Amino acid sequence: MPSTPHGGKLVQVNQKDLAESSGRNLSLTVSAESAVTIQNIAQGILSPIEGFMGRNDYQRVLDEMRLENDIPWTIPILLHAPEGLTAGNGDEVDLVNDSGSTVGVLAFEESYKIDRKEFAKKVFKTEDESHPGVANAYSQSPWVVGGKILWASKPQETEFTPVTLTPKETRFLFKEKAWKNVVAFQTRNAPHIGHEYVQKTALAFADGIFINPVLGKKKPGDFTDEAIVVAYKTLMKGYYPAGTAVMSILNYEMQYAGPREAILHAIMRKNFGCSHIAIGRDHAGVGKFYEPYEAQEIFEEFPDLGISPLFFREFFYCTKCLGIANEKICPHAESDRLTFSGTKLRTMFQSGEAPPKEFMRPEVADAIMGLPQPFVE
Amino acid sequence: MTSKYTTVSIPIALHERLERLVQKKGSFKSVSDYATYVLREVVVMHESDQVPEAFTSEDVEAIRSRLKALGYL
Repeated sequence: MPSTPHGGKLVQVNQKDLAESSGRNLSLTVSAESAVTIQNIAQGILSPIEGFMGRNDYQRVLDEMRLENDIPWTIPILLHAPEGLTAGNGDEVDLVNDSGSTVGVLAFEESYKIDRKEFAKKVFKTEDESHPGVANAYSQSPWVVGGKILWASKPQETEFTPVTLTPKETRFLFKEKAWKNVVAFQTRNAPHIGHEYVQKTALAFADGIFINPVLGKKKPGDFTDEAIVVAYKTLMKGYYPAGTAVMSILNYEMQYAGPREAILHAIMRKNFGCSHIAIGRDHAGVGKFYEPYEAQEIFEEFPDLGISPLFFREFFYCTKCLGIANEKICPHAESDRLTFSGTKLRTMFQSGEAPPKEFMRPEVADAIMGLPQPFVE
Repeated sequence: MTSKYTTVSIPIALHERLERLVQKKGSFKSVSDYATYVLREVVVMHESDQVPEAFTSEDVEAIRSRLKALGYL
């Protein structure tokens, strides 16, 4: 049986075709980021969340990392709105995108003002605007609207639709495969050998691995979504025993909230039916804002998370061990170790040089190099 | 707003044992803190036992055929 959905029930919101705004309701233009959140709420990825948070949930999540009903939750789910947006309790609000299409309808509950500095300090542990999450928070309206999503638009077809499964589908799939222990692997990169070792170490004890790359907004120099998907398909075809790995992408905007985001990542994968999640060094971190293993330590605070973390140290290639190792099993010096640096890989690709096989499978490197644009410009 | 609290009665002797444990371990602030942690750990296990997968027969057909078409099954 797949893991129980977070909070006990997989949320399912009715999904309809994209429509013009009804014109009857109050209307609120939402960002592309919020449109993705609406989809994720509708499909149950964020269960038990059924809409955008009201004040009580918001404050308890900030202060205690729990919803008002005591369920673990670490990052508020907010819908920013212009000041002065008011409606009666239960009034329907059309949520429209930039093109004027309705992406969802919300039952208005309340609007309230948040303290963005408090939000930044508690969620990101810093008020430093060089942190991308903090900068994003400060750029948003401090006014937010809370309410349940009554319906959402159906997801639009993209080239990634064939590799996008909903929690309902993955839960069914794991059940059909009779997978009980399923390890989730969150990634936003094309796989190098270090990633593969984490996955295979996890797979050694589990029934299956769920590779769940995050696609979404990226910065210049990052692998494109296409490169990530193509690279994983190639790796799975050549290097994983048949029937042991499933890949499906997740549309989600990374917030780089380090430890708090690691818990949210775990909750989302629990909703997909996973029993475990791999958490590596500096999971969901950015720059030097978090301690290397802070995103692992935070799990101690959640005995009731309902998904178990698997903690990994950083893997590297040791020229003396002649293989992949980590600091727990390799006695050799730093100078004997080749670390899997994303920046180094990128530099190699950009200069047309294939990375060494100790860094990346040659087939994976070829697949990436065969793409017209493997990096975001 | 922070969470609200209530009182649960436990035997005094158990409270004393927990108090000793909390002092020794140092990772919990109080007996209440420790008891909350343990109860949350236990309650989630029991809650998980109670939840059936909710697939209707229509769901099963639609999901199976999509997963087959995409090569997942």
